[in-house]
Amino acid sequence: MALRAATVKVGDHREMSLVEDLTRTQIVQYAGASGDFNPLHSDEVYATQVAGYPTVFAHGMLTMGMTARILTDWVGDGRLLRYRARFIKQVWPGDTLTARAELTAIREVDGNPVADFDVVTRNQAGDAVLSGDASARLDP
Amino acid sequence: MAVERFPVEEGAILLFARAVGDPNPIYTDPAYAATTELGGLIAPPTFIQSSAHFDPDYPLRPKPGQAWFGSGRTPTGRTAETGGPGDGAGSGDAGGAKRGTGLHAEQEFEYHRPLRPGDVLTSETRPEKRWEKQGRSGQLVFSETITEYRDQDGQLVVTARGVGVRTEAPVAKESR
Repeated sequence: MALRAATVKVGDHREMSLVEDLTRTQIVQYAGASGDFNPLHSDEVYATQVAGYPTVFAHGMLTMGMTARILTDWVGDGRLLRYRARFIKQVWPGDTLTARAELTAIREVDGNPVADFDVVTRNQAGDAVLSGDASARLDP
Repeated sequence: MAVERFPVEEGAILLFARAVGDPNPIYTDPAYAATTELGGLIAPPTFIQSSAHFDPDYPLRPKPGQAWFGSGRTPTGRTAETGGPGDGAGSGDAGGAKRGTGLHAEQEFEYHRPLRPGDVLTSETRPEKRWEKQGRSGQLVFSETITEYRDQDGQLVVTARGVGVRTEAPVAKESR
């Protein structure tokens, strides 16, 4: 069910646990589904010995995909008009991620209510790994 | 980079929704989806990224008969002659110690309507801005691309803006 403008106000916010103890297998699963087979994300030998990273790390787009859920579960399906994410820090195997979304504005576009949101996803250390914003069409 | 035919398929949507850990039945259960205002299955918001599967030249997918820069017998299949994939803004990029590492810095989607199984999309990507910045670990080079996805009727369905960044040194693992 879609979110109704009459039931929300600026400052409303939500939190959601996205993943606990992210596995290398889920990163591989995302590689297969997305088609992004960059070995930095799944090939420990390449990531450590060639690219110089401590281990493999998640696609930024996996974090963006997981984070989308806090928005779609809130505003309803098929309601997003825009969704933007900046990838701030690497997400590593074993990380636990929590997303927070806050409603920052309600405005009218062509007579229909549209809400703007800020979103941030943090790891278990409290560091932001993704920050972004989104807009969604609401019901009146 | 252009994709001539990206069929949006129910099975691919299921795999994608599983990979991002989203159990919402609007992506996987046609009987449920039929009861919603959408009237049928849709794809998750970032599913469009899987158009990479349908880009014949996508550099981050191994291709038969071509050297791959990931490990096999040796830690990388890349040699001085074969090099590695180019600068892939919008999807992250490969890179080794010598070339620095290409990473995905930012992604934005503008949705003109939800994607549904049965849609057949085409896309065109164009380079936009390019800029440089001094980062903690050296020079950072950013490059932006815009990709427009159109449906079988030529209507714009998603506009994607990607920003890739090439760094001189790998990023340290600080969060453990």
